[in-house]
Parts: sequence; C-alpha cells; structure tokens
Amino acid sequence: MTKKIRVLLAKPGLDGHDRGIKVIASAFRDAGMEVIYTGLRQTPPMIVEAAIQEDVDAVGISILSGAHMTLFPAILDEMKKRGADDILLFGGGIIPDEDKDELEKMGVAKIFTPGAPTEDAIEFLRKAVTERKRDEKLM
Amino acid sequence: MFARDFLKSLKERLSRWDKTAAGTRSRRSMPRFFTVSGRDIDELYTPASITDKGGEDYYFEHIGLPGEYPYTRGVHHTMYRTRLWTMRQFAGMGTPRQTNERFKYLLEQGGTGLSTAFDLPTLMGYDSDHARSLGEVGKCGVAIDTLADMEILFDGIDLSKVSVSMTINSTASMALAFLLGVAEKQGVPFEQVRGTLQNDILKEYIAQKEFIFPPTPSIRLITDLMDFCTRQVPQWNTISISGYHIREAGATAAQELAYTLADGFCYIESAIAAGQNVDDFAPRLSFFFNAHSDFFEEIAKYRAARRIYAKRMKNKYGAKDPRSWLLRFHTQTAGCSLTAQQPENNIVRVALQGLSGVLGGTQSLHTNSMDETLALPSEKAVLIALRTQQIIAYESGVANTIDPLAGSYFVESLTDKMEEEAEAIFEEIDRRGGVVAAIEEGYFQTEIARSAYRYQQEIEKGERKVVGINDFILDDEKLEIPVLKIERQIEIDQVDFVKKIKGERDPGPVQTSLENLRQVARGDGNTFEAILECARAYVSVGEMCDTLREVWGEWTESAGAMRAS
Repeated sequence: MTKKIRVLLAKPGLDGHDRGIKVIASAFRDAGMEVIYTGLRQTPPMIVEAAIQEDVDAVGISILSGAHMTLFPAILDEMKKRGADDILLFGGGIIPDEDKDELEKMGVAKIFTPGAPTEDAIEFLRKAVTERKRDEKLM
Repeated sequence: MFARDFLKSLKERLSRWDKTAAGTRSRRSMPRFFTVSGRDIDELYTPASITDKGGEDYYFEHIGLPGEYPYTRGVHHTMYRTRLWTMRQFAGMGTPRQTNERFKYLLEQGGTGLSTAFDLPTLMGYDSDHARSLGEVGKCGVAIDTLADMEILFDGIDLSKVSVSMTINSTASMALAFLLGVAEKQGVPFEQVRGTLQNDILKEYIAQKEFIFPPTPSIRLITDLMDFCTRQVPQWNTISISGYHIREAGATAAQELAYTLADGFCYIESAIAAGQNVDDFAPRLSFFFNAHSDFFEEIAKYRAARRIYAKRMKNKYGAKDPRSWLLRFHTQTAGCSLTAQQPENNIVRVALQGLSGVLGGTQSLHTNSMDETLALPSEKAVLIALRTQQIIAYESGVANTIDPLAGSYFVESLTDKMEEEAEAIFEEIDRRGGVVAAIEEGYFQTEIARSAYRYQQEIEKGERKVVGINDFILDDEKLEIPVLKIERQIEIDQVDFVKKIKGERDPGPVQTSLENLRQVARGDGNTFEAILECARAYVSVGEMCDTLREVWGEWTESAGAMRAS
C-alpha cells in the first residue's frame, strides 16, 4: 500500500477569507489525504517551519487579498533557505492569469483560480507527489 | 385570511389536481428542485400553504402594511415612491488620492452615497510601513494610516452633503475618528455628519476573520462608540450588523439571517448592560445582507428579517419608539456567486440579485462588478454595475408599487419558513451559552464550513448547475475584459507618506494622547473619546492598535473554529 499523501494547508498574510481553504481541506481529507491546516495569518517562516516539522509532501496556500506576488516568492525563498525545496508548493485564490504564469515560472507547482473543481486539485496533487517521489528515488 | 369553506373546497380541488399532475410528474426538467441554500421547494403553493396555522388574523399579524408593525412589507409607508434606495457603490484601492478620484467619478455618474473599502493593513491595525503589511498595501482597498490620509480621501467632497459608509470593523473607531477629524477641518459640525460604519466585530470572529482583540474589549470599543455618537453624532449609523460576509463564507440564507440577527441582539444586550437606553441607540442600528442568486429565497429572507427584528425589539427588549423596531438594511450582491469563467455573464447575475434586494425592500444597494473574481473592478465594470441599478429603478417598473410580491403564496410561505428556521437557530445559540460562547467553541465557523462544502459538492456532483462552471462551458475561452492592476509603486509611495507624517507631526500630543488611550483602555472611560484625541494628533492606526494590543492582547482562533467541516 502506498503511503498517504501529507499536505499542509495555510493562509499567509493578513487575509482572513478561509472558505476556499476549508473546502479544500475537507475535499483532500475525503480523498484520503492527511491534512494539516495551520489557520490564519501565518508568515512564510512559520509555514515552512510547520512543513518541515510535519514532514509533509506538499504545502497549499490560499490568498485572496492580492498579496500573492509578495507571499508566494517569500515562501519559495524560505523553502530554499531551509533546504526544504523538495516540498511541493501549490496554491489558489483571486490571481490574474498574468501573475499565475509568472508564479508557475518561479517554481510554484500549480495555481488554481476560481471555479476550479476540488477534483482537479486532488488529481494534480496525487500525480505531482508520485512523480516527485519517483524523481527522488532516481537521484 | 380565507374563509373555512373556501379552504375546504380548495383542498378537494388540490387533491384532484394532484392525481392529474401525477402523470407528468415522473418527467423532470431538473434533477432536484431546491434553493441555493439546499432547501427543497414544493411544486405548487396555494392559499392552503400560508393559512393553516395563521387563522383569521394572519394578514395583520404576519404581513400588515408598509411602515407599520411588524414591517414585513417595508420600513417606510410609501417606500420607493417617496425615495428610491441609495445607490451606494463600494470603492477603494491604492492611495487615498486614487480612491478620492474614484469617489468623485461615482458621484458624477449619479451615485448617491459613498462606500469605502480599506486595505488589509488598515483593517488589521498595522501601518503601511509595518513588516506584516508587505505586499498588502492598497491591494484590496485604500490604505489609511493617519488623519492626513483621510484628509486626502475626502478632499473636495463636502461631508455635510454626502453620506459616507465605511467598511471597517476592528479599527472602526479609528476610521470614524479620522472622518470626524476631517469634518472639523471642513468646518462641518458633527451633528451634520451622516453615514454608516460597519463596526460589526462579531461577524469577524464568525466569518470574515479580520479581528485583532478578544471579543470582550472589542464589544466595548463598539458600545463606547455608540455612546459617543448618541450624544454627538446623532445622524451616524453606528453599526451595520452584517450577514454579507457570513453568507460569502458559505452560510445558507437561513444561517445568514439567524446569525446576523443573533449578533445584533448581542450588541443590543451589551449596550443595555452598559447602561444605555434601548430607544436612545436602537434607531441608529442598521443591517447589511447578501443578495445571492436564489431570487425568492432572498426576498423571503429580507421580509422575515424585518418581522423577526420588530417582534424582538418590541416584545423582548421593550423598545417603545417605533423607530427602534425598524430593521433598515443595505444589500450587496453575492461576490461568491460570480464566475471567473465568461465574466460578462456576471452582469446578468448581478441584475437578478440586485432586483431581489429591491423587491425585498432594501434601503441601499451595492451591485458587484463583473470582474471581481479576477481583481478589483475596472472603471468600466463599475459603471455597468451602477447602470444596472438605474435600469432596475427607472425602467423595470418594480419601484412603482410597494412590496409587489406580498400575497404570493410562495413568497409568504417561504417568509414564514425563514422565520421558523431562524427561531430554531436562536434557540441553538442560547443552548450554547450565547453568541460569544458559540464563537469561542467554533459553532458558527464549523456550521458555515459545512454548508460551503455541501454547496461545492452539489456543483461537483452536477446536482446544481452553474453556467460556465459545470455546464455551458466555453473551451479555449479568452478573457476579453480589462483587469485593474495595483502597481507596486503605490506601496512605496504610501510607506514614504506615513513616514513623512510621523516625522513632521508634533511629538508632544502624540505621546500624551497615546498614554491617555492606554489609561482609558485599562480603566473604564470612553475609548472612543481617547481615540479621537489620538486622531487629532496624527497618531496612526498602527500606533493606536499597538497600544491597545499591549493592554488587551490579541485574539487567535480556537481549534474548534479552525475545523474544516
């Protein structure tokens, strides 16, 4: 049997909109994943520290405040600094296409925008985590 | 309302009709007939749907006349024939100068009130130059650090002429203090300042989550402000008790209705406990509801809200002044119902939602812009949203008569159901020890998350169709509307400006007013008066909040409140 996917979900910055992240948490849980939700107002160092402590496969971030171009890069930097850049970073929120492309180029594995079915996020995560684990074995 | 003989023959006719209809009933145009809130709707409503329990006095007890108790048909005698609703478009972005320009544009286009959106650092009590504000300055509203910013925001706008609404909660006292500071500079007496402060902290713990301090001192900030305004700013609406955000977070219509009214009753009980007279402050309370996509359910919600409120204010809180019984409300169309896919379709959604607010008797309305799932609205999108209201007001004919849907068997029956459901929720909240205790254990938060997840599952299973999301999808859709971008430079400019103000102001009054605020917060003086003194000395929002954080501490959510569903 394969090990359950462990995922950390977090709300960075000052934004308090948690409807989306709670829906995602329920959907991931019902899909058999182990979900840790950190709650609101987490700084990038807090999120990366929690991801390392919890030994997760992936970190999911939700931002609806428009601060995504500051917060995603800050989390990526922190991951590199802590040597945790093997952890997959993905996210969602009110994020214009232009910014989405830029973030995905920077190293965010995937950005989901309004209207995306939870099934897409589940499928993406299963595939991406499996691929990443296979790559690690090859290395 | 109907004679007994009539109801008897109606029931006989209905049972014959039911047998005839049975033949076609097995074919269905939709898998399920239910509302946005998941409520199943009957095939047919008739006089029998509303009179079974009401008896002879049903009409006067439940419906009545507009401007008369229990106000189901509206709070004013003549409603829109005397005065249309206020077309109040919510705006705010970037620097105070940019928002000032948007305000002037909306007034030139026939907007009749202003509504201010603040950025997250302002709402959370951090100055623009604070580390936690990085990347958030001016993003989802205007950045306000000190009185100097408010002076720019209302530059050239006469505060004795325009009513101003401010969507701000944890730091609402600071925002009102800054506005009063501007009024002083414009030479406008406080008695002439009109507008509304959202100032509803309970729904922050429940849904929007922009809280700073724990509930008890937060409620004190509100009752102190109410006390001050009763004495000195009599035309100011001190709280806009809000269901909007509760609904946006995923609540059903009945949950929105019940949680919002329960919050309102909690403020009323707190003010009474603080020694205030209900008839002194209640006429200045107002409400704020969401207009979601289920047309009739929303209309029933507004009508039920007025009736429940009037009954409680009169019977439970002993209000004698009929103005205390009136539930006046603002409506905003549902942001969460908009789709990023085929965004032009949102214009149609907003029109229907806005229409439900009007048919529900709203006192003011904000219609959302079609591009709000993508970014802050562009000028063009805002103009279409405002024009939508003008078309409802002047072309559709719905404002010609008062409460035109009264007497609809369906609408009256749904209104009764809404009231029953809300009463059951009030009992549940009481069982849990009241609103604050229910917040602490995470009751509201979990119930809302559960409703949000159920709604999402209905869409994903295809039980519920949403145009452009799970049906009627355009492949290779290209975005054809402009998207507003907030430039990075705005944050740099705002940070420079707050530093400049802090450098140039007289440090003496800054220190003494902040020290006074600390003492008042520790004791039991009026916090609003202390905040107003700080504002006049150009003390910033962040400096005031830091002082209060030291005295009162900060609020974090319990594990129960963080539960997903």
